[in-house]
Amino acid sequence: MSGLSDIGVKVEGDSEPEDGPTTRIGNALPILHEIETYLTRLTQGGEPATIDLRAMPLAPGDYETLQRLLGEGEVSATIDALGPTRVRETAVRGVWWVTHHGATDEVVAEFIEITRIPTILQTVDEDLVDGLSRLRECLAQEGQAASD
Amino acid sequence: MAKDDDKEQTLGEVLRQQGVSRRGFLKFCATTASLMALPPSMVPAIAKALDKALRPSVIYLSFQECTGCAESLTRSHSPTLESLMFNAISLDYQETLQAAAGTAAEAALHDAMKKFHGKYLLLVDGSIPVKDDGVYSTIAGKTNLQIMKEAAEGAAAVVAVGTCSSFGGIPKANPNPTGAVSVGDLMKSGQIATKPLINVSGCPPIPVVITGVLAHYLTFGEVPALDVHGRPKVFFGETIHDRCYRRPFYDQGKFAKTFDDEGARSGWCLYELGCKGPTTYNACATTKWNGGVSFPVESGHGCLGCSEPDFWDKGSFYAPLSTGHWGTAEGIAAAAAAGAAIGIGAAAMSRRHQDTISKEE
Repeated sequence: MSGLSDIGVKVEGDSEPEDGPTTRIGNALPILHEIETYLTRLTQGGEPATIDLRAMPLAPGDYETLQRLLGEGEVSATIDALGPTRVRETAVRGVWWVTHHGATDEVVAEFIEITRIPTILQTVDEDLVDGLSRLRECLAQEGQAASD
Repeated sequence: MAKDDDKEQTLGEVLRQQGVSRRGFLKFCATTASLMALPPSMVPAIAKALDKALRPSVIYLSFQECTGCAESLTRSHSPTLESLMFNAISLDYQETLQAAAGTAAEAALHDAMKKFHGKYLLLVDGSIPVKDDGVYSTIAGKTNLQIMKEAAEGAAAVVAVGTCSSFGGIPKANPNPTGAVSVGDLMKSGQIATKPLINVSGCPPIPVVITGVLAHYLTFGEVPALDVHGRPKVFFGETIHDRCYRRPFYDQGKFAKTFDDEGARSGWCLYELGCKGPTTYNACATTKWNGGVSFPVESGHGCLGCSEPDFWDKGSFYAPLSTGHWGTAEGIAAAAAAGAAIGIGAAAMSRRHQDTISKEE
């Protein structure tokens, strides 16, 4: 028996197939075109859009290709709610990569959002009200303490 | 198991009591929408519905089965979301998961059936043996058929979890010594009450498909749109083949001829190695397994067709579809010749299924 390195391994990925682009499979480019359509719409005053990456039949390498082509932007945030949610803007401004992780850090859902800011980062009205009452409570207590 | 006074709480209230923030809830809803294969644009509507949804009582019965379905469900890919789903429902009876045993367990079942008569959701895994008065499978002295009959009576809807309860499955495999039948068969023959029935087939079903169906029921309070076999269309509307990333090779007539030949190593289509993808309706190619790691075809093995009726009795898993055991359409066998021709045959059959689905609407 020869060594492990003698076993032929084919690495599937984003490199150009040997027999030319006609056999290229996968959905990375179609998804980028979809993003382009949504981004165009947003620049013309249209609605934000979201793409569910779990709903796409991704070939091996597609995911990496998407990440590579969209790149890293200058904003990233982590939300700690039911496990971490990582939000980052890609190098294509207005295109956000939102990854929801579960309690043990496994990915439970993944979206590409074409928007000014992803919804999950924004504070909802009910939380504004809760925040205000919390602040007022805090002020009342401090006022009480000062007058004692 | 929940306390009785929890029952009238809404899901939103329950979650907030457990310290789930509004962002957490939104995340839960976004993930749920993804599970249900609903467009992300529906997330706000789902959040609104789930926030107001009342927790339903769920009774889960197991008959002739291997517990693989319950394993699949309880190992669903996210502990957090799975526990959320279990908090969202009030699971009143499940033999494998419940703490109670013996007469206490049976008492819990009957209490729940009485208290939530007409309202509870009944989950069933395993087929029901009817030969020789159903003596081949009994629990607490009652046959599966008797239990099923009583439980179906007060159910709001029934979810058949897995191929056994949906279609008879492996217990029904030739020569079917116990006379195993599906839940749907029992409804058709009038042996149990006819209730709205959702078949979630698969051996086992994809965990997120089970939780997705539960989430759909919670969100909309009704049964999702179903295909000709009573399966939710969002998950069973397309074949493995339709959504397979190896599909382009099939269209080009590039097939692996043996496992580990050059074609297999290059990731070519597994049709000739017996892949049942073209006639199998399930969501494996997109939801994948083990937390989205891969699915059988991606691991180099053809699809067995486990979510289809009688998959066990349709010839070798390693014989190509063109040998004729699969599908009533002679189109597939006739088109056995070469790549392109096969493509047309399978595509035609696929379209026929879609037409049937549409006609049912």
